[in-house]
Amino acid sequence: MTDSKQKSAPKSGFSRRAFLRGSGAAAAATALHTQTAAAVDDQGPKVVRGETSITLNVNGKDVQVKAEPRTTLLDVLRYQLELTGAKPVSLDGSSGASTVLIDDKPVAASTTLAMAATGKQIRTVESLGGEQPDDVVQAFVSHDAQQCGFCTPGFVVAVRAFLNKNPDATEAEVRAGLNGNICRCGTYANIVEAALAVVKGD
Amino acid sequence: MPEYNWPSREASTVIGKVHDRLDGTVKSTGAAKYTYDVNLKNQLIAVAYGSPYAHCKIKSLDVSGAEKTAGVVHVEILPQGQKDTEIEWEGELLAVVAAESEAAAREGISKIKLAVEELDVFADEGNLEAAEEAGRTGNGGGKVETVNEPGDDDDEDEFVEAEIERLFKQAKHVVEGYYAIDPITHCCLEPHGSTVEWKDGKLQAYLSTQNVSGTDEQFARDLKVTADDVHVQCEYIGGGFGSKFAPDYWGIAAARISKATGRPVKMMLQRDQELKLGGSRPSGYLKVRLGADQNGVVQVWDSHHWGSAGYRGGGVSHSVVPYVLVPPNYRRTSTTIKSNTAQARAWRAPNHPQACAMTQTALDDLAATMGANSYDIFLANLANASNGKADVYRAEMEVGAKLIDWKAKWHPHGKGPSRGSIVDGLGMALHTWGGTANTSSCLLKVHPDGGVESFCGTQDLGTGTRTVCAQVLAETFGLEVDGVRVNIGSSKYPNSGASGGSTTVGAVCESHRRAGQDALEKIFELAAKELEVDASVLEAVGGRIRDSANHDKSITWRKACSLIGLKPLEVTSNYQRGAASTLTNSGVGGVQMAHVEVDKETGVVKIKKFVAVQDQGLVINPKTCKSQIYGAVIMGIAAALYEQRITDPKTGKFINAELSDYKLARLGDIGEIVVELYEPESERVRGVIGNGEPPAISPKAAISNAVANALGVRVPTIPLTPKRVLDALAKA
Amino acid sequence: MKAFEYAAPRTEAEILQVLSAEPGATEVLAGGTDLVGLMKKMLVTPDRVVNIMDVPSLKTIDELPDGSVSIGAAVTLDLILDHPYLDVYPAVKQAIRGINSMQLQCQGTLGGEVCQRPRCWFYRNGLGLLSESASEGANQYHAILGNTGPAKFVNSSRIAPALIALEAQLRVIGPGEDEERLIPVSEFFRTPRHDGQREHVLQPQQLVTHVILPPIAGRTCATYEVRDGEGPDYPLAAAAVAMRLDGYGIVHAAKVVLGQVAPTPWNSPEAERLLIGHPVDPRRAEQAGLAAVRMASPLSENTYKVQLAKVAVKRAILLAAGHETGGF
Repeated sequence: MTDSKQKSAPKSGFSRRAFLRGSGAAAAATALHTQTAAAVDDQGPKVVRGETSITLNVNGKDVQVKAEPRTTLLDVLRYQLELTGAKPVSLDGSSGASTVLIDDKPVAASTTLAMAATGKQIRTVESLGGEQPDDVVQAFVSHDAQQCGFCTPGFVVAVRAFLNKNPDATEAEVRAGLNGNICRCGTYANIVEAALAVVKGD
Repeated sequence: MPEYNWPSREASTVIGKVHDRLDGTVKSTGAAKYTYDVNLKNQLIAVAYGSPYAHCKIKSLDVSGAEKTAGVVHVEILPQGQKDTEIEWEGELLAVVAAESEAAAREGISKIKLAVEELDVFADEGNLEAAEEAGRTGNGGGKVETVNEPGDDDDEDEFVEAEIERLFKQAKHVVEGYYAIDPITHCCLEPHGSTVEWKDGKLQAYLSTQNVSGTDEQFARDLKVTADDVHVQCEYIGGGFGSKFAPDYWGIAAARISKATGRPVKMMLQRDQELKLGGSRPSGYLKVRLGADQNGVVQVWDSHHWGSAGYRGGGVSHSVVPYVLVPPNYRRTSTTIKSNTAQARAWRAPNHPQACAMTQTALDDLAATMGANSYDIFLANLANASNGKADVYRAEMEVGAKLIDWKAKWHPHGKGPSRGSIVDGLGMALHTWGGTANTSSCLLKVHPDGGVESFCGTQDLGTGTRTVCAQVLAETFGLEVDGVRVNIGSSKYPNSGASGGSTTVGAVCESHRRAGQDALEKIFELAAKELEVDASVLEAVGGRIRDSANHDKSITWRKACSLIGLKPLEVTSNYQRGAASTLTNSGVGGVQMAHVEVDKETGVVKIKKFVAVQDQGLVINPKTCKSQIYGAVIMGIAAALYEQRITDPKTGKFINAELSDYKLARLGDIGEIVVELYEPESERVRGVIGNGEPPAISPKAAISNAVANALGVRVPTIPLTPKRVLDALAKA
Repeated sequence: MKAFEYAAPRTEAEILQVLSAEPGATEVLAGGTDLVGLMKKMLVTPDRVVNIMDVPSLKTIDELPDGSVSIGAAVTLDLILDHPYLDVYPAVKQAIRGINSMQLQCQGTLGGEVCQRPRCWFYRNGLGLLSESASEGANQYHAILGNTGPAKFVNSSRIAPALIALEAQLRVIGPGEDEERLIPVSEFFRTPRHDGQREHVLQPQQLVTHVILPPIAGRTCATYEVRDGEGPDYPLAAAAVAMRLDGYGIVHAAKVVLGQVAPTPWNSPEAERLLIGHPVDPRRAEQAGLAAVRMASPLSENTYKVQLAKVAVKRAILLAAGHETGGF
């Protein structure tokens, strides 16, 4: 690293203490956003090796599963919990087929490590089914927004997440907002209709 | 035997009516179980190792590292992985590692050591000169047709040469051009694969297949058992566009590993393997000169095209060049190229999309040359429609033109108004396809309680197969669709043909309507006795069997079925492909029009509006029928603008074989799509014809023509990427 | 994936305890949108993965006493996009919006976006980051500037050009327990000259904890990406511009940074010089775009990118000055 341009001494004005801890008059940083406030105990950082038992909260229930550090959330859902709605389509999440909600946000289960999902609320497409399916599911059915259906669960979760955030979305917003998922059969036109039907309460 | 027929439009209560897809809810909630979703107790996960070299000879394949990897249970070297085998394309599978988890299998794969002798790679399939130099070309065949015949003393070749030159001299307008379309891959979202289990000498195979009824025999043949010992099931398939007709050698390997380990094995191709092995569409590159008369009617066509279908050669068939609109005089020749790429598989309307894209673009350039309206030039050439469908095309063009507002939006090529650097344009194309119904059998059970159940070894690619079957039976028995239970997706059900060639909806309509009418005949006999009328006057309507002349004389469907006795009435009815039928037909047209915008500074193309007018005889369910067309158009938009298999010419590597690099259309890319089902009585009476393929043919040519109309410059090669648009503009 | 250890530290100090000094031995996991895929393909094979998403201090957006804004490296992109306080930095928001995937925005983090590995498909196919294939093979998405050495790939960060144009800094901790420093984003990236060298200046035991955006202070800024389609594909070329204009619309200061055209984000002093002292109009913007690509050295398949880079610069300037771009 001889070609590094960085200087070894801290620059003035942003001492670690003042900057981070926000103590003292000179460091009155205003929190514009705080995402979490996890408790910190005195023990050092935990390092996990090999397969261990972890607890995940899936569709409102705590479940014990076995996971290695390299086990993805998608593998746990599909191989241990028989929740096969989220699909393994791409290694890198670029198809959106493995979309699940983690703390209400749409993310790819295929690129989420199971261990990184502990302590969070995980919701899968299966939670949108049941006797009274979610409005999005019903709209997908009545607007025929599926063909082979392999991408459909990921799309349903994505549309649910999108509409949670944009309940009054316009057609232009729908077309701009749902590009994280791929459908090979080409059901997009009907997905637009389905999403707009949910907005209108049809 | 009853006379098989369809009720008239007026008399139909279920067919021709919109009905929600029966499996819509299970597909939308994750409840539908695809092959990839079938997990058997104690199963192993198998992952294959593919050749990183496109052309090599194997010196050694050392799998000991894989065998020692924690979690790995079994490693098999495939025949292609043996010493001294010549590997001719990157990705060819050499070994399979089965492990307790996919992660462990992948880790095992990474420990495999391959030593090879590298051989010369040829992968520049568009480059004819280089292919000739490398000795990779073959004769693809061709055909000559001239109105004037050579005399007895004429040398045929000389005559043709002279005749063609004479026709070109006579021609009022001549276009000379180069038109091309790159290879694409099937890219099924559910990769090819299976979950298999050997138990007591029998194989249970959950296979992602378009060919449920045919793959048990294929497994049996390769595993040396009988088809009775194999049960193939495929309730749902995650995409299959012509590439999933067989278990493939990796499916057979999975079965072998299951036998060897005594454990179920799940083996799905990895994403990059799916793109590399799962099937591709041949490329096509065409040079043409065409001559037309003063009305823009093409009189002479002279073309040569080349391309590759993979390492075994092959390419786009010359038989569909020029496409649909075939002038009276033509000469077409073709060259096939062996490139170090995977061999192609049937891809949604084999040969047609490429032929359409390479030739109807030339026709549009004729319009540009003449300063004429493209619509008029297509219209003028309809008389040369090789399928005799000029009238259908003419009617469909009229419908399409209205929907896209052709008259108001048309401008001569390159002469439209600009908005900043954005220009817009219109283009059209037309297509044809067969769609003959496939062989199909249906076992129908009518239960004494009135329940109706059908069994058929067909499959649902997303066509809405279940829904179509149920609608046909409900119509036949005068029932609601919910009163019918349809069972498909098992090789133990009566045989039904593979879903390829747009043959499925026709096939299941044949078998289910026949079985329905056969069963109904028997139920009418029972009801006739009860009602004391002649069976010939009976009809099944609204849940009742009634006298068609005297509606008061009726019994409920349930009551009629109770007359069957204790055991259900069972009927098996068959249709053999090619047999004459009043229920189905073949041969469709279809016209498509595109309205695009192009940013001349960046070369980015956007679809504003796309209109598809499609005939398919009698429509069973307009909703699922339209969905097929939307899907075909969207797939076509992807192929027109984004999709291409990119092979690094140096290494022969399929370099964009991940979805992050293999670019497909997204929801925001499709613009406004308008689908119109063209179903006048003259079409409806022809019977049912599948439409999975035809609407996937035209989009490439229609969009290319629209871009040419916008720019006044042809972008010769599809997909029309910004690079190609800018390169074409720079050259102009 | 190779088996690895997993650590989930809860403080910055704990992060430094679990990061190894050996190159490649530990990888930092944030959203996972890039790293997990790379590990599945065995392109990255760490012995230990350090998940920084449980460290509260890395997940905050703070206003500092001097008016700067500090954004934690583990803050997800959707939060930045939705944060009204950050509306004054449209260049940053435009870059995030361009990702065009809710999922990637919700899962991906600012630190991860800036530190992502190049998308170069030769690298992603195991041929190495400095693959010779890029010189004459399928190099249509490769570099047109700064490509005379062995590196032909392009830096993939979509946000970095905006951060550089806005003169942002990175707060970096490590390798020593109490060490921290500020590195201008403009000095963070480097072009590797031999295999194994990273695309940035961090040492193995160092970590970007925060991005510090100086006060906007009357500057105007924009990012323009040439994107083919509405999907999350990487842009073909991009540019970010920050300018200070006076009351008469005359440019007094300008920063022009191109993205997706070189192994690092590419600052163009040539374009900046053309802007300073003049009002912004389409002609001036075009000239600045031309100046930015004057030294371009396209590879066999990417001459078209020279035009795209020029247009990106032109359009970013026009957008920043509040003009229409005239294109998509």
